[in-house]
Amino acid sequence: MATLKEQSKKEQILTGGHRLCAGCGHGIAVRMVLNAAEDPLVIGCATGCLEVATTIYPYTAWRSSFIHNAFENAAATISGVEAAYKSLKKQGKIKDDFKFIAFGGDGGTYDIGLQSLSGAMERGHNIVYVCLDNGAYMNTGIQRSSATPRGADTTTSPVGKVIPGKQQFRKDLTAIMAEHNIPYAAQASPNNWRDLYNKAKKAFEVEGPAFINVMAPCPRGWRYNTPDIADILKLAYETRYWPLYEVENGEWKLNYKPKKYVPVEEWLKLQGRFRHLFRDENRYIIDEIQAEVDRRWEVLLERCGEK
Amino acid sequence: MNKKHEKVIAPDVGWRNVTRAGIIPTAGNAEYYETGGWRTKKPVWIEDKCIHCLLCWRFCPDSSVIAEDGKFGRFDYEHCKGCGICVNVCPSDAIDFIDEGETSEGRNDGE
Repeated sequence: MATLKEQSKKEQILTGGHRLCAGCGHGIAVRMVLNAAEDPLVIGCATGCLEVATTIYPYTAWRSSFIHNAFENAAATISGVEAAYKSLKKQGKIKDDFKFIAFGGDGGTYDIGLQSLSGAMERGHNIVYVCLDNGAYMNTGIQRSSATPRGADTTTSPVGKVIPGKQQFRKDLTAIMAEHNIPYAAQASPNNWRDLYNKAKKAFEVEGPAFINVMAPCPRGWRYNTPDIADILKLAYETRYWPLYEVENGEWKLNYKPKKYVPVEEWLKLQGRFRHLFRDENRYIIDEIQAEVDRRWEVLLERCGEK
Repeated sequence: MNKKHEKVIAPDVGWRNVTRAGIIPTAGNAEYYETGGWRTKKPVWIEDKCIHCLLCWRFCPDSSVIAEDGKFGRFDYEHCKGCGICVNVCPSDAIDFIDEGETSEGRNDGE
């Protein structure tokens, strides 16, 4: 476990001068993950906020090799790079060791890139895939994705007379990836930076595919006070909405168990996208969200052998 | 491509001279792009109160807290967008958050 002091002495791979919004969760999560890498990296990105904001021609904010291909195939692209590297290494044309990592948003991972991600995981490439989950297509103007929480106001699930925000619960992608029986899958929140660092380190170290789902709040889309990102990230796992856990070779492990029960509305009320839920006629949605959070938590406890 | 444009392909470079397939040859050249102008408020370091825990460094999305030798070094005002996250994660109230243009004691101008 590296202290912040040790971490800060390493070269920072993401430079300043990228065009992510002020206070964007992506910048925080990416810097934390990359700090755990020991070898030089090849970084791939799915189309999304991160890719668009860090590689505006003729600039790149990555102090490493970088490849972008399309929205749906970040995992396929990075697995192709990894396969080429393996071949060149075998032929003696590359001497150094490299690690391969792809970042995708929830749109490029939960929705559009799911098939290529699933394929890359199944083929067993030695890659790390990090999903930065901000729960909607923020880059194109806050359209709902399958990661958007129930009840959230987005431009394609707008709150009005007809519907009170998104009608479905979110997809549990981390569990789906774990069920690929890959060596490592985890869910993390940057507020617990130790936990995220350890998970990133494990993901880089394992032989074979690794997946980490990281919560990355979006001040624009979630409509919270920008400096409060740490509170948002913390309440996400304190309310059990975003549990911190990892699955190593099929073994589920809960990394953090909240000491007391915090209702999910504590997390919801900090965000403008859920404001309408607190009107009397919509309170039932909060109850439904709470029931679903509790249900998924019980399932997780069982999987982790905590009950 | 000539020496002048080694770091950044400038707008006046004609199509004959841009890199093949638009490859950006200098890794990390976004540091030559300033985003400090986005700020409406700026963080100011208060040295006396700082315990050098580096949480501000860890949480900065813009790599704009520069750590030097494992301690808080300075703010990089060329890139800091003034999001205020460092102000809120600081456990010892060692970062002031003031309006751009205002001055305060213990102000650190960076460059």
